[in-house]
Amino acid sequence: MTESILRLTVNGALHTVVTSSHRTLLEVLRKDLDMTGTKHGCDLGECGACTVLVDSKPMLSCITLASQVEGREITTIEGLSDGPFPDELQTAFSELGAAQCGYCTPGMILSSRSLLDTNPDPTTDDINEALAGNLCRCTGYVAIISAVHLAATRTLGRAE
Amino acid sequence: MTIQVPPVGFVSAGTLEEAARLVSDPDDRAVLIAGGTDLVPKLKRHQAAPITLVSLANIEAMHGIAITDDGACVIGALTTLSEIASSPDVPTMLASAAATVASPQIRNSATIGGNLCVDTRCNYIDMPLTWRQARGHCLKDGGDTCWVAPASDRCWAISSTDLAPVVIALNASVRLVSSRGERVVTADSLYRSDGINYLTKTSDEILVDVTIPATTARTSFQKLRRRGSIDFALLSVACAVDVDSEGRCDTARIVVGGIASAPVSATDAEEFLVGKQLTPEVIDEASEIASKPVRAQDNTDTGQRYRKWMISVHVAKALTEAATERV
Amino acid sequence: MHAVGTAGPRIDGMEQTMGRTKYTDDMTLPGMLIGRLARSTQAHARIISIDTSAAEALDGVKAVLVGTDLPITYGILPVSQDETALAVGKVRHVGEPIAAVAAIDAETAERAVDLIKATYEPLDTVASIDGALLEDRDLIHGEGKGLNVHRTAALEFGDVDEGLASADHIREDVFYFAGNTHAALELHAALATAEPGGRVTLWSSTQVPHYVHRTLAKVLEMPAGQIRVVAAPVGGGFGGKTDPFSHEIVAAKLAMVTGRPVKFTLTREEVFYAHRGRHPVLMWVKTGFDTEGRITACHFKTFLEGGAFGSYGAASLYYTGALQTSTYQIPNYRFEGVRVFTNKPPCGPKRGHGTPQPRFALECQLDKAAEDLGIDPVAIRLINAVEPNSMTVNHLRITSCALSECIERVAEASGFKEKFENLPAGKGVGIAVGAYMCGAGLPIYFNEMPQSEVQIKVDRGGGVTVFSMATDIGQGSTTMLATVVAEVLGLEPSDIAMVTADTDLTPVDLGSYSSRVTFMGGNAALEAGTAVKDRVFAAVADKLGAPIESLVAQNGRIEDAEEPDTGVSWAEAVALAIASGGPLIESGSYRAPKLAGPYKGAGVGISPAYSYSAAVVEVDCDPDTGIVTVDKVWLAHDIGQSINPLLVEGQIEGGVYMGLGEALFEADDFRGALHRGPSLLDYKMPTSLDMPPVEAILIDSDDPEGPFGAKEVGQGPLLPVIPAVANAIWNALGIRMDQTPFTPDKIVAALRDVARGKPGRFGPKEVPAFEFPPLIMVEPPEGFPTGRIHIEVGVS
Repeated sequence: MTESILRLTVNGALHTVVTSSHRTLLEVLRKDLDMTGTKHGCDLGECGACTVLVDSKPMLSCITLASQVEGREITTIEGLSDGPFPDELQTAFSELGAAQCGYCTPGMILSSRSLLDTNPDPTTDDINEALAGNLCRCTGYVAIISAVHLAATRTLGRAE
Repeated sequence: MTIQVPPVGFVSAGTLEEAARLVSDPDDRAVLIAGGTDLVPKLKRHQAAPITLVSLANIEAMHGIAITDDGACVIGALTTLSEIASSPDVPTMLASAAATVASPQIRNSATIGGNLCVDTRCNYIDMPLTWRQARGHCLKDGGDTCWVAPASDRCWAISSTDLAPVVIALNASVRLVSSRGERVVTADSLYRSDGINYLTKTSDEILVDVTIPATTARTSFQKLRRRGSIDFALLSVACAVDVDSEGRCDTARIVVGGIASAPVSATDAEEFLVGKQLTPEVIDEASEIASKPVRAQDNTDTGQRYRKWMISVHVAKALTEAATERV
Repeated sequence: MHAVGTAGPRIDGMEQTMGRTKYTDDMTLPGMLIGRLARSTQAHARIISIDTSAAEALDGVKAVLVGTDLPITYGILPVSQDETALAVGKVRHVGEPIAAVAAIDAETAERAVDLIKATYEPLDTVASIDGALLEDRDLIHGEGKGLNVHRTAALEFGDVDEGLASADHIREDVFYFAGNTHAALELHAALATAEPGGRVTLWSSTQVPHYVHRTLAKVLEMPAGQIRVVAAPVGGGFGGKTDPFSHEIVAAKLAMVTGRPVKFTLTREEVFYAHRGRHPVLMWVKTGFDTEGRITACHFKTFLEGGAFGSYGAASLYYTGALQTSTYQIPNYRFEGVRVFTNKPPCGPKRGHGTPQPRFALECQLDKAAEDLGIDPVAIRLINAVEPNSMTVNHLRITSCALSECIERVAEASGFKEKFENLPAGKGVGIAVGAYMCGAGLPIYFNEMPQSEVQIKVDRGGGVTVFSMATDIGQGSTTMLATVVAEVLGLEPSDIAMVTADTDLTPVDLGSYSSRVTFMGGNAALEAGTAVKDRVFAAVADKLGAPIESLVAQNGRIEDAEEPDTGVSWAEAVALAIASGGPLIESGSYRAPKLAGPYKGAGVGISPAYSYSAAVVEVDCDPDTGIVTVDKVWLAHDIGQSINPLLVEGQIEGGVYMGLGEALFEADDFRGALHRGPSLLDYKMPTSLDMPPVEAILIDSDDPEGPFGAKEVGQGPLLPVIPAVANAIWNALGIRMDQTPFTPDKIVAALRDVARGKPGRFGPKEVPAFEFPPLIMVEPPEGFPTGRIHIEVGVS
C-alpha cells in the first residue's frame, strides 16, 4: 500500500491529506475531510449520488481516485453555499419540495449548478439531459425540474 | 464507500515516453488509467488486480482536437466524451454518439481513448464478487467455462464501445505508441472477436490519438438501450454512405456494436448497397442482409432474440436517416 | 385553516439541500469499528462448517459472529418467526448472512469476510412457483421433502357460482406481475454502541424503530428498557426498511461484544439480497358482467412467490385478495391464494403492499370486458364504482370516497374519450383506478394500545416541541405533524421543534408503513395539540375574562374572535397556562376503531379510511423497437384534505414515477435462484429522460375521521398507473400486455404474433393446478351493500 500526500483543493481551500493512493475521492471527502454531504448509493458509478464538481463539471467521486484530481478545483455540496447563505438552487429545491428523502439531493444540486453555470436559462429538455446521470427514487424528477427553473429565473432576474 | 478499491499504486506520467516506459514490462502489472470510469469499478469488483496505475491525464500532447491540412480530424486519446460531444470540429456522427455514452458525469471523465479500449462486458462478469463466487468464476474471470456458451472454448463478452462503430465507419486510424516504437492501424483492425483478448493493441501500447479522414459521407448513429441514460448500448449502429450525383450509393459502411465481442462490419449489406438508390425497399433489404450473419448471446439486458431482431430495425433507421441527411 | 392546506416546504428542507442532514452512514463515533457480513454463495444448502479462524486471526479484526451466537428466531410478524440474524444450520438463498465481522476499518473487515470459509451440502434449489409446488423437493422450512407452501387462503363472500351463472358475459384471464424492489437511494445502514452499564443504542436507516426495538429485545435477550433505537433520517424507504434486519441485530451484538461502536452499511448488492420487495404474483381472474358491464361475481386466484422467508408474507397473501372490493361493487367474491417459499431473497412490502399486482389484473381485465361489451373504459368503471358510506362484500367499511369524481376529473383533464377514439396508431391512452388504506386497521402484534402516540411539551418561552416516533422516510411526516400542531395552536409549522423516531425520547408510533402516519399520527397530534390549546385557552379566558368559546389561536396570538384587539401573544398565553396548571406537557393518541369482519384474515385490508386514485396515461409506442414513451400522466387523487399540498403532489409524482418504473422498466430477474443483476446499472430505475410530465388533481372528500379530513397519499397513487400503461398500450398497438414489465422485447414479440395471425398478447397462459383448502364461506355484512355504517367521530 502506497501512502502518499495528496494536495486537494476542496471548496476553495487547500487540504493536505495523507492517504493511500487507491482511495476514491468519495472516501477522502467523507472520511478524511469529514464532508459527509457527498452521498453514495451504489459505489460503482451507476446512480449519481456521489456527484461533485471538478473544475465546475459534475463527476462521480465514487469511481474517481483522489489521486486523479490533485490540482483541480473540487466543489461539494458544503461548498455551494456561502457560509449560512444558500445557493439559489438550494433554496429553490427546498421551497418546491424537490428533496423528499434528500439523499440524491446534493448530487442533483451540483449537477444543476453546473448546468446553470453554462446554460443560465435552460429548457426542460436541457434540465432532463443534464440530470440524466442522477437517479432520484422519490420525486419522479418533477419538482426537481421546477426547482431548477425557479433558481434559473431568480438568478436571471437578479442579473437583469 | 461500501466497496473499496483494493490497494494499488498510482503514478502520474508527465510524458508519453514516461508512460510507455512504465507499462513496458508486463511483469510490473502496470495498467493505464485515463478517466478511470471503466477501470475503477472493475478494480472495486476485483476483476483486475494491477500493481500500479499509470495515469495519462497530465500528458498534454494527448489532449485536444486538431484539423490537419487535408481536413482530417485528429483527436487526442484523452479528449473527454463531453468535449467531443460539444465540439464543432469532429464529425457529427462522432459527436452525437459521444453524447449518448453512459451519463453526463461519466462523459466528463471518460475519454475517447478509454471508450475505444473499453473492456468487453457480460452479465456473468460485470457483477460483484459475491455474485461471481455464487455463480462460479467464468472464463474471463479466471475460470474454465464461458457461462454464455459453456460448450465454446472462447469468451463471448460483448464489445460495448459506442465510438468504435463510428470511427470504423468513418475509416479512422489509431496511433499506438510503446517503448518499442509507434504504429498506426485502422480502427477496424484494433478489435478482435474474443471477449478476453478483444484488442490487437498489446498491453504495453498506448492509444495516443485517433485520426478520422475528411469525408463527404452521409452518416447516422443509432443506439438501442432501455433507459435514456446510464445504460450501455444493447445495440449501436453507425453508418456512412457516399452518394453520387444521381443519388446512387458509391460506398457504404455499416458497423454494428454491442452485439458481439468486436464491432461487426456488415460487409454483405455494404456491398449490396453499392450502385443502388437508397429507396425504402433497398434499405429494407440491406438491413435484412446486415442482420443475417450476427448471432446475439444471452449476456446482456433483454433477450437475444429481440436484439437480433433489432439489428435490421436499427440498420434501417440509420440508413434512412443517413439517406436524408443534409451534407 | 392557516397551516393545514397551505403548500409549504418541509421544515427540514434547507438542512437537506445544504447537505447537512446526517443519515446513518454519515455518523462516526470515536473508536468506531466497521462491520461486514459474510454471505451465502449457495441457494439452498445445509451448513457443514463455517471456519472463522483465519478471519479471527487477522490483524485488526475485533470480533467474529456466526449463527449460533444469535440463535433466537425473529420475524416482523408474530406468525412468521423464521429468521435468524445469521444462518443457523442451513442457508436458504444466495446472499443470506452466515457470519459477521467487526474490524478496525472497511478494508480489514472485507478481507476478514473473504477469509471466512463455509462448507455446504447442497439441497434442492427451488426457484419458481411451479418448482415450489412439486412434492419431491427439499423443504426450505422444515425437514424432508414436500410442497414448499408457506400460507394459503380461501374465502368466499356471497355466492360466486350463482353470480357467475347470472352473468351475461364472463371473462377468464391470467396475469403475471414480476417481482421488483424498492431501490431507495440510501443503502441500509446501522450504527450501534453499548455503554459500560449495558445499555445499547442503535441508529438505523429504518421505517419501524418500534419493531426493531422489540426484535432487538427478543434476540439479544435484554429488557426493552435497556435498548434505544433511533431511526436516523431515512434516505428513502418504500417498504424496504420495514423489517428488522440482520445487520441491525448484528451491529448491536458486535457493539456489546467489542465494547466499541460498530457501523454496518450494506453494499448495493447486499440491499438486493436483503430485499423484502414486491412479490412476483401469478393471477387467475374470472369475472362475470351483466350487459351494462356491472360485475356480478369475481373469482380471484393468486400465487405469490415469497422467496426464502416469511417476512410480511402472511399479510401480503391476504392483501392480494383484500382490496379488489374497495373500488368496485362486487356482490359475490371468492379469493384463493397461496404463498410459496423459493430460494431467493425474501419478498415483503413495497409501496402498495400486495395490492398493485391484483390491481393490475383487475383493471386490465375490466378494460378487456369493456372492449367485449362495447362499453367505454370510463363508463365501465363508473358503473361499478364503490359509493361513499357503504360496506363491501368482504366487510370493508368505506366512508369518504370520491372514486367517481376521480374517474370523471381525470378523464376530463386528459381528454380521454376524445383521445381513446382518435389517436393515431402507435399512440394511445389508458385509464385505471386504485384505492389504498390509510393505515392498517390492526397493529402487527396483537395489543390494545394506541397505534400512535404524540406528546407536546411547551417551553416557558413559548417554544413548542412535538415528540413522536413517526419516522420521516422522505414522505414528510415530520412536517405533517408540525403542520397539524401549528394549525391547532395558531403557529407556523416552522415554529414547531420536532423530536422524532427515538424509542428513548418519543412515545410510540408503529412506524412508516401501510400509509398510516398522516391518519394515525396526525390524529394523535391533533388530540395532543388540542389538549395544549385547551389549557392555554382556559388560562387566557381567565385572564381576559372572555368566554373560552370565543377564543381563537391565530397569528401567534390567542385572541377573542369577536374583538381581535383583545388577546395575548402565544408566549404570554403559555406562561399563563403554566402558572395556573403547572408544566405544559400534553399528549394524544390514536387507535383505529374495531373494523374487522367475522372471519380469519379479516384483519388484512381493514382501515379507518381509504384513499382513491384514478390515472390516465398517454403513450407513444414505436412498433419497430417496442419502446414505449409515456407522454403524460394525469392522476386524480382523493386526499380527503391536503395537510400540505406541496408534499401531497410530491407523493403523487413519486408514486407515478415508481408505477411507471414497474410498468416499463423494473424487474428482479433471476437465472435459476441467482439475481440477474443486483446493481443500479442492471436494475432499470427510470432516469430523468424516461419520466413524463405529471398532472396531479387533488380531490377533497373530507374524511369524517381523518385529521382535518385528511387521508393517505404515499401508496395509493402508484396503483392505477401500471394497468393504465397496459391499457394505453392496447389502445396504441392493439396488444394486451398481461405481464409486467412491458419491456420492448415483450411488445415486439406480441406484435410479431399479431403479424403471424396469432393473438396479440404477452403473458402467462395458465396457473398451476394447486388444490386450495376448502373455502371459508362468509356472509356479506348486514344490509349489504349499504350496510349500517358506524363512524366514530373524534379519536380514542
